[in-house]
Amino acid sequence: MVQPRFRRVARFVSPADRGFAAVVYGGSILFALLIIGLFIELVLGSWPSIAAFGPSFIWKSSWDPITSNFGALPMIYGTVVTSLIAIVLAAVIGIMAAVFLADFAPRWLSAPLSFLIELLAAVPSVVYGLWGLFVLAPFVRTAIGPAVQKVLGWTPLFSGPVYGVGLLTAGIILALMIVPTVTAISRDVVAAISRDLREASMALGATKWETATRVVLPAARVGIFGSCVLGLGRALGETIAVTMVIGNRPEISASLFAPSYTLASVIANEFTEATTSIYISALIELGLILFVVSIVVNALARLMIWSVRGST
Amino acid sequence: MKVSLLRCLTMAAAAVALTVPAAAATQLTGAGSSFDYPFFSKAFYIYNQKNPDVTVNYQSIGSGGGIQQFTARNVDFGATDVPMNAEELARASAPVLQVPVTLGGAAIAYNLPGVSGTLRLTREVVAGIYLGKILKWNDPAIAKVNRAMNLPDMSIVVVHRSDGSGTSYIFSDFLSHVSPEWKSKVGTGKSVSWPAPSAVGAKGNEGVAGQVRSTPGAIGYVELAYVIENHMPAALLQNRAGKWVACTTETVAAAAATKPEVSATNFSIVDSGGASSYPISGYSWVVIYKNQSDRNRAKILYGALSWLAGPQGQENAKSVDYVPLPRNVQATAQATLNQMQR
Repeated sequence: MVQPRFRRVARFVSPADRGFAAVVYGGSILFALLIIGLFIELVLGSWPSIAAFGPSFIWKSSWDPITSNFGALPMIYGTVVTSLIAIVLAAVIGIMAAVFLADFAPRWLSAPLSFLIELLAAVPSVVYGLWGLFVLAPFVRTAIGPAVQKVLGWTPLFSGPVYGVGLLTAGIILALMIVPTVTAISRDVVAAISRDLREASMALGATKWETATRVVLPAARVGIFGSCVLGLGRALGETIAVTMVIGNRPEISASLFAPSYTLASVIANEFTEATTSIYISALIELGLILFVVSIVVNALARLMIWSVRGST
Repeated sequence: MKVSLLRCLTMAAAAVALTVPAAAATQLTGAGSSFDYPFFSKAFYIYNQKNPDVTVNYQSIGSGGGIQQFTARNVDFGATDVPMNAEELARASAPVLQVPVTLGGAAIAYNLPGVSGTLRLTREVVAGIYLGKILKWNDPAIAKVNRAMNLPDMSIVVVHRSDGSGTSYIFSDFLSHVSPEWKSKVGTGKSVSWPAPSAVGAKGNEGVAGQVRSTPGAIGYVELAYVIENHMPAALLQNRAGKWVACTTETVAAAAATKPEVSATNFSIVDSGGASSYPISGYSWVVIYKNQSDRNRAKILYGALSWLAGPQGQENAKSVDYVPLPRNVQATAQATLNQMQR
């Protein structure tokens, strides 16, 4: 008896709803179009370079604007390595901070502390860059470098002269920049884990530490992983701060102390003064590669999230 | 009441009448070299004080961008640290006039802790260091010309600009002139492939200066105005005449004065022969179209640029630590500007 009336009400769609639906659909389609448009534009812009160098652009290591001989491998390497250093450091610090803020810190401490960490995200990247150049780089050269080399200098990873600027310094700066993202999201995820789980764990005699590491974190891992992916996305594309501390040398070196280069840095450095068309096109192709690298990394992360979800 | 209202209206009308010429003021637009920006903003500000009906809006977007905007005819003039080459001129598809407007030089800054006195470098030593052939500060080639100094057994860290820049162009042009090996292996350009094994790239003058300051054993080239304003110690260079010269506005101007017949195809003044010439010097340029569609606008543009390249405009260079064009080069610039159709 009730059903016919219900159906009639459901069939009635007010103009406001239609409008709202159009706006929402339009908005999401706009994003999709933007991404596709960006991709097409990048491919068109880099076409002269793609035609001239072919796929070897990706594995060649020379970058010489005078002879118009371009290869992107050192920049791909620099981008991936600095982002990996950053995400490893930021994940460790960020997750620990998140657990502390959500489960351990007293309330009078956790609110101002969260605020301060989130404030770090609002610092402009050029400020991080300047700090990196004038404070962190000398510190790496005089303190971190010698100390690490004393112990691990025999490994190729930490060999060679320490200039202060280089892969490691860039990685540390990037880590600082993405820690707020990782911390803020992870804290919310950890805080959202049901109290029942924690209480059950405590009731079984687990300590706070055991509860956090064996119950809460595993339950929150998908969300935490998501926060790391967001952080990684920012690390891959970060430009100015990295440019100031990476040393800008298009060379692949095993040592983390060696100067390197990232895709975004080359574009920032050379685009404004690039005059020949093949040069500009090669720079745009670097942008295309950065775009593809970001998509691949994000896709891999998605796959990992799905597989983690599947096993729960 | 009525009277006062009428008075108000007349005053308003008068005010409108007065503002009409101001509203018709011409705004010239230019874009390009960031090196030129401090000089242009100062000079065009003064020009506007003297000619209130002309304002010049200059966007410092880099020489490459300036040439693009100019080619697309989005701006009245472009500014570039290196004259437009044949390929760029072909793309502009109309006759282009290139006028020298200011000068720059690159000083060699260094960081040698505990060493007093001013370092002296020959042209060959600078090339050797940047080629990666001279790796230590106590290398005999450096020690030979710095006998009074106690040079340390320290590795040289070679610092260069990572961003494409006119300063890098002048510096690599200098190295190409003094070292055949540099010319064949590396070449001249705003961005080059730096061969030294210890090469570190830093962004902007402030980046190079910061890197040199914070790295013991570092050497780097920095734009003259930046060195003067920050009181940085810089090396003395031996010029082609064999004299030791510091990088100052006078020595850079002296280098320019040796070659008054400068043109867009023959513009290099590095390693020039004068006794007081600083060897790492170069021009910056303004580019305009020879044929202008709007005669009135062309006249105003001609007026502003003639003033800029003339004695009054060049006077403003000194106050921002830029190098005024020598008189003979001002005449060359004026002669080029006179070819503009107006």
